[in-house]
Amino acid sequence: MNLLLTISFSSVASGIHNWLVSTIPNELLAKSVEMVIAGICLLLFLVPLCFILGYMERKVAGFMQMRYGPNRVGPYGSLQIVADTVKLVMKEGLTPTGSDKFLFNLAPVIMVVTCMLVLAPIAFAKDFQIWDINIGVLYVSAISSLAVIGILMAGWSSYNKYSLLGAMRSGAQIVSYELSVGLSLISIVILTGSLKMSDIVMSQETGWWIIRGHIPVIISFVIFVIASTAEINRAPFDLAEAEQELTAGFHTEYAGMKFAMFLLAEYINLFIVSAIAATLFLGGWMPFHIGHWQEFNHIMDFVPSSLWFLGKTFFIIFIIMQFRWTFPRLRVDQLLTLEWKYLLPISMVNTILVTVMAIMGWHF
Amino acid sequence: MFLTDYIRTVYKGVRSLLTGMKTTGYYFTHARKEIKTEEYPDNRATLTMFDRFKGEVVMPHDENNEHRCTGCQACEIACPNGTIKIITKQELQPDGKKKKAIDTFVYHLELCTMCNLCVVACPSDAIKMAQTFEHSVYDKKQLKKVLNNPGSKIMEGVE
Ligand code: SF4
Ligand code: SF4
Repeated sequence: MNLLLTISFSSVASGIHNWLVSTIPNELLAKSVEMVIAGICLLLFLVPLCFILGYMERKVAGFMQMRYGPNRVGPYGSLQIVADTVKLVMKEGLTPTGSDKFLFNLAPVIMVVTCMLVLAPIAFAKDFQIWDINIGVLYVSAISSLAVIGILMAGWSSYNKYSLLGAMRSGAQIVSYELSVGLSLISIVILTGSLKMSDIVMSQETGWWIIRGHIPVIISFVIFVIASTAEINRAPFDLAEAEQELTAGFHTEYAGMKFAMFLLAEYINLFIVSAIAATLFLGGWMPFHIGHWQEFNHIMDFVPSSLWFLGKTFFIIFIIMQFRWTFPRLRVDQLLTLEWKYLLPISMVNTILVTVMAIMGWHF
Repeated sequence: MFLTDYIRTVYKGVRSLLTGMKTTGYYFTHARKEIKTEEYPDNRATLTMFDRFKGEVVMPHDENNEHRCTGCQACEIACPNGTIKIITKQELQPDGKKKKAIDTFVYHLELCTMCNLCVVACPSDAIKMAQTFEHSVYDKKQLKKVLNNPGSKIMEGVE
């Protein structure tokens, strides 16, 4: 038990690092081996994560619609998603005639690569982070807006009007909602005074921002969750896919493995958005601390930091899933009205509020 | 003026969204109680269909093997699909008179749309809809059914 408590992700990571540096004399080689290991670990983490999220989504959807969800394959239907993956892999990967073959095949890869890039600065546990870049928040918001390139590419190269319409809509959508996402991220940057992910997490040692920053931070948290749901094209903002009117939007023409990659990207994006919300507003891996109550804080520290991180992330994932299964879909004009008339003005005023609060020190 | 309207819209919007989330949240947390799914092949032994379910047309017989059908053919005329064929015969009454009676009530299940029109049309309540629904067979001929039991006769007092 004692041994288990002392082993943490960060000690494992630094152990591997030290071992690599000592056994491989060439520094460049050691670095690249380390990067490859990190990449493999990330993949080993992401694929099961997508399975879990897919299963979770179906169960949540089922329960919210008063049905069971998958319950035939494996105990409680837990192997359903494996069966679906096997089905997708067995399917023919069709490339339609008339499509731009190169771009058509490149688009799903770009989608997956961009969302894996965003994972780099996210702290999964205490001192356990792939790349603690000093402009973490900026990096995240810059790279996550690249995803629209994959969508536009897929829509344009498919040679299909539904795909093109879906892609164009998603372009308009991401460009508009980017603003609200950025402004709500800025409110935390103002309070922390740093763009670095590890600094942001450490600044919440005496309490998470959502508690310490009270009303303005709660407003920006809500805006962040809404706007980032729109940014990752999930229902009720799934205008890029729009099953009801565009068959499947930008991925109408995709089948088999390439379609599976879009699905993978969708779930990784969902995880990323929730992880960022958890890091910025709910303290990331930081356990629940109240001010300077040393005893209480110490008890909370016994729960491993990775569990804190995953717990918070899954809480936000659940909320976003609940959005999907509760709210009706928006029309295109309603979507833009919501952003330009409501979310953006509110988050602008809110930014001023946060700034005043930070200057006057009105937070806990 | 504009500002109060604006704030009111935001308030109303947020409130109605939260109401929706409360409902789905309730369903999620009370899943065990709220789920309405019938796990059909598993619960076959206990499954009871609701009263108004229309599975097939049947003709109830009582314990003396008597039915209520007079052979008036109103159901045959009412049926939009030609599902029902009634073959009548002349039956000798005890008083010596002949009377029209039913010989065979042929019912083609494969043509029936379960529209209930025949049941409504019947003046003597001789037929009704049953709640059975496992009708699949390997041979189409088995779907042609004779509804009156062999040797059955009309109930006393039904005209
Ligand atoms: S239910 Fe409708 S289709 Fe079937 S026998 Fe009666 S009238 Fe005909
Ligand atoms: S079932 Fe009813 S309507 Fe049809 S022939 Fe018999 S009595 Fe007449």
